Amino acid sequence: MIGTEQIIEITYLVATALFILSLKWLSSPSTARHGVRAGELGMLLAVGGTLLHHDIVDYKWIAIGLVLGTIIGVPLGKVQMTAVPQRTALSHAFGALCVTLVGTAEFYLRAPDVPRFMMAVLSMEVILGSLTFTGSLMAAGKLQEILPQRPITYRGQNIVNLSLLAIAVGVAAYLVLHPGQTEYFPAVVGIPLVFGVLMIIPIGGADMPTVISLLNSYAGLSAAAMGFVLDSKLLIIAGALDGASGFILSVNMSKAMNRSFSNVLFGAFGQEQAAGAAVQQAQPVRSATAEEAAAILAAANKVVIVPGYGMAVAQAQHKVRELYDALTKRGVDVKFGIHPVAGRMPGHMNVLLAEADIPYDKLLDMEEINGDFPQTDVALVIGANDVTNPAARNDASSPIYGMPILDVDKARTVMVIKRSMSPGFAGIDNPLYYLDKTLMLFGDAKSFVGALVRELAGGQS
Amino acid sequence: MKLDLLTSLYVFMLAGFIGFEVIRRVSPLLHTPLMSLTNALDAIAVVGAILLVGEHKSTLSTVLGTIAIVAATGNLVGGFLITDRMLKMFRASGPKKP
Repeated sequence: MIGTEQIIEITYLVATALFILSLKWLSSPSTARHGVRAGELGMLLAVGGTLLHHDIVDYKWIAIGLVLGTIIGVPLGKVQMTAVPQRTALSHAFGALCVTLVGTAEFYLRAPDVPRFMMAVLSMEVILGSLTFTGSLMAAGKLQEILPQRPITYRGQNIVNLSLLAIAVGVAAYLVLHPGQTEYFPAVVGIPLVFGVLMIIPIGGADMPTVISLLNSYAGLSAAAMGFVLDSKLLIIAGALDGASGFILSVNMSKAMNRSFSNVLFGAFGQEQAAGAAVQQAQPVRSATAEEAAAILAAANKVVIVPGYGMAVAQAQHKVRELYDALTKRGVDVKFGIHPVAGRMPGHMNVLLAEADIPYDKLLDMEEINGDFPQTDVALVIGANDVTNPAARNDASSPIYGMPILDVDKARTVMVIKRSMSPGFAGIDNPLYYLDKTLMLFGDAKSFVGALVRELAGGQS
Repeated sequence: MKLDLLTSLYVFMLAGFIGFEVIRRVSPLLHTPLMSLTNALDAIAVVGAILLVGEHKSTLSTVLGTIAIVAATGNLVGGFLITDRMLKMFRASGPKKP
């Protein structure tokens, strides 16, 4: 005879399998949407099964919570594609909030009889959860430009931050030994909340891809810790999957910037570069009009477009699609070269270009495209800067030395669409702009690409 | 209790390895949907919140639990919605795909 208990456990088991399949199917764009279906089905089963639980005596607040959550969730699922990074940061915050609140409630329900191991994981859950909560809110605020994107640093910042975290861990350790001292628990929640804010203050916009991935990993680990506290294998597995995903992405992002985690989190990157910026300012550059640039593009066989965050800011992706169409129609082979940290989160550029209807097999990542540049007639850089900076390859004194870049300087002609010669966000001068083969196309990305499209259309008729 | 804990640690370790191997294979093309999907899956924490609220052990736990359900459900619904919307946009360049 199978009881309710067993049925619930079986729904969890099936849900776990579906979650893993869901991620497996995401490996290719052709099966990826099955992955979403699998995930949804697993979630439905798990939530449905949980609602059968005989310990549940009151459904009123559950229903209210589910309805309110859905009301919030629907608009969160419908944001503009350009707003996806801040939406993602916000959802890390939501996930972490849920975990922190459940952990807090569990502590007060169980105190003072909390076994040591349980208290240790519970502390981990709450510390990771609350620092991820405020940290992610800060990241979302910076991405939405409610908060200044510029890194804010001051002397002794790292010492202050690390001491705060150490105090929180210390109080948690004391609670592990004396779980009855409930009056100390608010510190285990509160100090990491402050730490989360301070942790993000020194981080600039260009480091966001790494930070978002790292926060993703923390959110996953805190959920896994919650699974230990509630003895739920399903939650442990989902948390571990999320944690692994965030971890892999953070490693990718750090590698793509040639920096370590600790350097992203604790290195005052913004400071050192400001100094090196003014050195090469006075050199001459070659600039070109839309007409000249369009003529060169039309005569090319192979064009690689390199988009960066500037393209997203200017909302130029749809104009870029028109350019892609105009060139493809003339028989030009157009591809896109995408650096792992282009944009404000991993994969950001791909989503924007896919939204503009550019086929995904034209979107190539750095390793795939770099071998193509020597055979490329024109590399067109739109709103990207540091990721094309040859100083990363050959100038050991550059702050970005060693960072893997897109080798656009190996193309026969390089065109760079840029508002002005002022150094970009990171403040590092880019020697690419002074090369003989480089043409600077000054102007707003959207209107300049629009002008190119018009020139190409005009020349044809 | 001791055995349970050990089993949980095994589960965590194995899930970590599976996660690593599966996610390593996800193309960089889909890293944004990957993050929103894992975020939605992470919202499974809602089951913990549901039990907490349903058991109705104290006012504090019910209040905190209800907020937790709202937050997790928001992620769950929003996460799946946006992942699907993003994936719908990824199209190959037609029949003559290399």
